[in-house]
Amino acid sequence: MGLMDLFRKRKPASAAVAKERLLILVAQERAQRGGPDYLPVMQREILEVIRKYVQINNEDVQVRLDKDGDQDVLELNVVLPESGTER
Amino acid sequence: MAEIIVVTSGKGGVGKTTTSASIATGLAQRGKRVAVVDFDVGLRNLDLIMGCERRVVYDFVNVIQGECTLKQALIKDKRHENLFILAASQTRDKDALTVEGVEKVLNELKNDFDYVVCDSPAGIERGAHLAMYFADRAIVVVNPEVSSVRDSDRVLGIMASKSRRAEQGSEGISEHLLVTRYSPKRVAEGDMLSIADIEEILGLPILGIIPESELVLQSSNAGVPVILDDKAPAGQAYADAVARLLGEERPMRFVEIEKQGLIKRLFGG
Repeated sequence: MGLMDLFRKRKPASAAVAKERLLILVAQERAQRGGPDYLPVMQREILEVIRKYVQINNEDVQVRLDKDGDQDVLELNVVLPESGTER
Repeated sequence: MAEIIVVTSGKGGVGKTTTSASIATGLAQRGKRVAVVDFDVGLRNLDLIMGCERRVVYDFVNVIQGECTLKQALIKDKRHENLFILAASQTRDKDALTVEGVEKVLNELKNDFDYVVCDSPAGIERGAHLAMYFADRAIVVVNPEVSSVRDSDRVLGIMASKSRRAEQGSEGISEHLLVTRYSPKRVAEGDMLSIADIEEILGLPILGIIPESELVLQSSNAGVPVILDDKAPAGQAYADAVARLLGEERPMRFVEIEKQGLIKRLFGG
């Protein structure tokens, strides 16, 4: 460490930021895994259908597949924009 | 019956071939009969790292296509008579490797060897998939860096669903992490993911920690697997990993900052 480093302001540790981002990302990607291959395509098509009527972003539609006993439950969560933005 | 070990990572350039060469050599040093197979069709490199590039006559694809016998294609290591290398083909035909062909060659190798080490190409394409498909054990090579950690998790997911063990519903591939290019100094400075971080994110046991070292490049330059350099920390770390692979307990070394003596600090190490 050089003398000048003593005067420099310490940045937040970048490794902590990396860890935080990875924990979230890995959890997200694991949740999508194991689901049927058609899930991402279906999610996109549902999004397109809804977009015919209201303007929403990709992250406004959440598709989740859960196991409930021996039943698979498909959960569809759409966040609609506030009124006044309809086409 | 032989054990098939795949060395994989998803991301390129993290040290798969270096690891395959050193793990295979290490197992041979411990008296095991070992075959190490390069699955990177089109981009053969294991031969260079093992230092046998000028002795490649036949390759993996030649064997699959029946142009030679497996015996003719196996290159005997110049340092260990119980270690053999099967080079990848330099063909650009991506479909040269087939499931049936790979299975046939691996089955034949399993009869003659204790361990078959499969050096996977980067990515998740055909070569990478075939390298892991028949594996009993996987060594996932990971750098303490965001894209490498993410890709490792992706590869683990693929192994969990697309390997033969997964398809047959038998016991899954046993998975280990091998962290390469680790720098305790940068971890202490807060700029590199620590071993604990990587373990927490990926949730897998660590087989070995290979410290960042200039000697790894020197070993590659010379075509001598770094594990043969028993003075190099990276070589010693690979020897530890091999011991753990064989079920021995070894404490993790090279995870703390190396204390430098005054002379070394004055004159440079």
